[in-house]
Amino acid sequence: MSEKQAMHFSIYRFNPETDAKPYMQDFYVDVKEHNCNMVLDVLLLIKNKMDETLTLRRSCREGVCGSDGMNINGKNRLACTTHLSKLDQPIVIRPLPGLPVVRDLVVDMTQFYAQYEKAKPFLQNDQPTPATERLQSPAERAKLDGLYECILCACCTSSCPSFWWNPDKYMGPAALLQSYRFIADSRDTAKQERLADLTDPFSLFRCRGIMNCVDVCPKDLNPLEAINNIKEEMLEESV
Amino acid sequence: MKVATHTFDAVIVGGGGAGLRAAIELSQSGLNVAILSKVFPTRSHTVSAQGGINAALGNVEPDDWKWHMYDTVVGSDFLGDQDAIEYMCKFAPQSIYELEHMGLPFSRLDDGKIYQRAFGGATREYGKEQAHRTCAAADRTGHAMLHTLYQKNIQAKARFFNEWFAIDLVKTKEGVAGVTAICIETGETIFVKARATILTTGGAGRIFASTTNAHINTGDGFGMALRAGYPLQDMEFWQFHPTGIYGSGSLISESVRGEGGYLVNKNGERFMERYAPHLKDLSCRDIVSRSAAIEIREGRGCGPKGDYILLKADHLGPELIKTRLPGIRELAMTFAGVDPVKDPIPVVPTCHYLMGGIPTNYHAQALTVNARGADEIINGLYSAGEAACVSVHGANRLGANSLLDLVVFGRAAGIHVRESIEQGLHFSDASDTDIEEALSRVYRWNGNQKGESVDEIRTALQKVMQDDFGVFREASTMKQGFAKLEELKDRLSYACIKDKSACFNTARIEALELDNLMATAVATAHSANERTESRGAHARYDYPDRDDQHWLKHTLYFDDGRIDFRQVNMKPEGMPPIILKAREENH
Repeated sequence: MSEKQAMHFSIYRFNPETDAKPYMQDFYVDVKEHNCNMVLDVLLLIKNKMDETLTLRRSCREGVCGSDGMNINGKNRLACTTHLSKLDQPIVIRPLPGLPVVRDLVVDMTQFYAQYEKAKPFLQNDQPTPATERLQSPAERAKLDGLYECILCACCTSSCPSFWWNPDKYMGPAALLQSYRFIADSRDTAKQERLADLTDPFSLFRCRGIMNCVDVCPKDLNPLEAINNIKEEMLEESV
Repeated sequence: MKVATHTFDAVIVGGGGAGLRAAIELSQSGLNVAILSKVFPTRSHTVSAQGGINAALGNVEPDDWKWHMYDTVVGSDFLGDQDAIEYMCKFAPQSIYELEHMGLPFSRLDDGKIYQRAFGGATREYGKEQAHRTCAAADRTGHAMLHTLYQKNIQAKARFFNEWFAIDLVKTKEGVAGVTAICIETGETIFVKARATILTTGGAGRIFASTTNAHINTGDGFGMALRAGYPLQDMEFWQFHPTGIYGSGSLISESVRGEGGYLVNKNGERFMERYAPHLKDLSCRDIVSRSAAIEIREGRGCGPKGDYILLKADHLGPELIKTRLPGIRELAMTFAGVDPVKDPIPVVPTCHYLMGGIPTNYHAQALTVNARGADEIINGLYSAGEAACVSVHGANRLGANSLLDLVVFGRAAGIHVRESIEQGLHFSDASDTDIEEALSRVYRWNGNQKGESVDEIRTALQKVMQDDFGVFREASTMKQGFAKLEELKDRLSYACIKDKSACFNTARIEALELDNLMATAVATAHSANERTESRGAHARYDYPDRDDQHWLKHTLYFDDGRIDFRQVNMKPEGMPPIILKAREENH
């Protein structure tokens, strides 16, 4: 294989058992010959045929499970839905920033999930449970569009400087999107408590409107809008 | 090597829909439950389900769970167990309402009730007009369901072992005592001791080269059951979905056809009108897949190689596509480069779902057969969801019955385990040798120093299954496939991984998964070869007809190559049985 045909990849490597520090490793892959369309195709080709120690998470390979969020040419995205044809070479692949690296492209998501749980992401309703479904008009249901589709890939939260600075105190865009998903749900009766939980200076108010979250979301969701909507709800409730 | 023991009332292996539903039932009743999941639970394959979940709510038009039951039995080509189908269809509405109360964001009708769409094989009044029975959250129902179930578990404070991989069942003379497991992040191995072990490990579509299934669908529960000496049932019945995206294999939901889309061949002909004049594009999946395969084989496929067909939806209008099928549109644009608002989607029949699995009764208790051929309950072992064969799908599953299967029987498993524990279900004491036995696979992979790679064997395995055990089968090609599989199985025992690191070693996990893929593939091959008839998704050139006289029975496969059979249950408990007929007369 001539290097002319091949695409150039530069991939972050680090195994704490053997490496004193991280390094970038070059790979050259003839993507046409191997029928690779997406970044994930190349990573799996490398793992299967060239170097089985390359470590990453993957599952559905169609952008629904959120396993393979990573930083590709400086932007957080899903490897499985990122077309190679739209990327400049060398294609630089790093783990999501702002989270501890476990190995290669695998990051420790503990803090991300802890913030998600802080949002109490489950429906709370203090009314008696009806025998059939709780009614919800199409207009009420439409308020959940753009919120419930989150796949927890962490592309947004790990691109947010406010989260990098206070990962233990600022909930981050993904968790706040979930907060609003339940605040906006006509079936939820815990709105007051949910809003009250967010009034401290950090959980919500560390958002500085940088908008990285909106820029990177692979599902085209808008966490900043959700954050602003929460603030509006707070104003309305306090009036 | 002595490993640490962690003790729970119940251990659930697999954090998909079935496992999470069972966990809710158990943790809400105050039991001590562990959920082992090899991925963070919302990465499980339930997340990819699109179209919806069936239940006779009657929100669009009058409906009856008995009509749903009829459709399911006929759709199963009469191989489904009628007592289990009755249980599922009867509890379907309640299961949906429970999900709604948990917060699942179902789409809504104008009157505020749950939206229901048309789906394949769904009829009213026992085979008459098309029914609207499929409850949906746009075309992301699986995602909405899986996240809702996980969220409910956060509230119920279940104990998750995320990114832990279950290695094998720990078996004692009495039954199953728990499982061994390895932590992916650290390589630590443990024994999880439990009164009840629930296998909700999902499917195994990755035995085929082309599949709608996620990379993680590697039949882990099937390998575990077989190695413990327990049988698998109806492993010849693999559903090929008519509309996997050509090339990538990603699923395009039946809801495209449910909303009015249809399939065309290269002449632009809506060919399903010819094969199934009544239900057309919304016939059962096995029928549509076979019809599409025939179109392609007879030279009416599309594209330069004539090897796909087209799914047309542009006539539905942008508004409907954007509100009811937004996920499909995104998938088509990403993986096929077409916008269904304007252009048809290239699709091809693609391996999608296994109707077979671990045999259970409708309480989700795993079964084997004794020397006299009678059912015997395996102490301490349960299974639900795609991993199980209860059997509600028989020879062919109806679209939107899989999400239903996993909530109804995940729930049933939880209820039965809870009741059994209340009635004194005790721990089975495993010896060190029993535990060592269940760790032997890890020792083998750690020990093998040179040999072929996991990828070489896995790729060869997938090619054999694709070539010799696909949509159409016959003895001569299956025989070739067999020989290749036997050879591969032998090579697998010498295969090796070069990566021996303890830290997040995914090469080792893929190796352990390959053992399970192999076990599943061999079980499929044996069962497919044995069944000399065509029924549901099992279609043979050499035996093109259904043969009720000899084959109205479930196939059981054991790891030593032994085949046995079980009777199909034709005795629902609260209604007369649905009488055996040719399928065309019914649908």
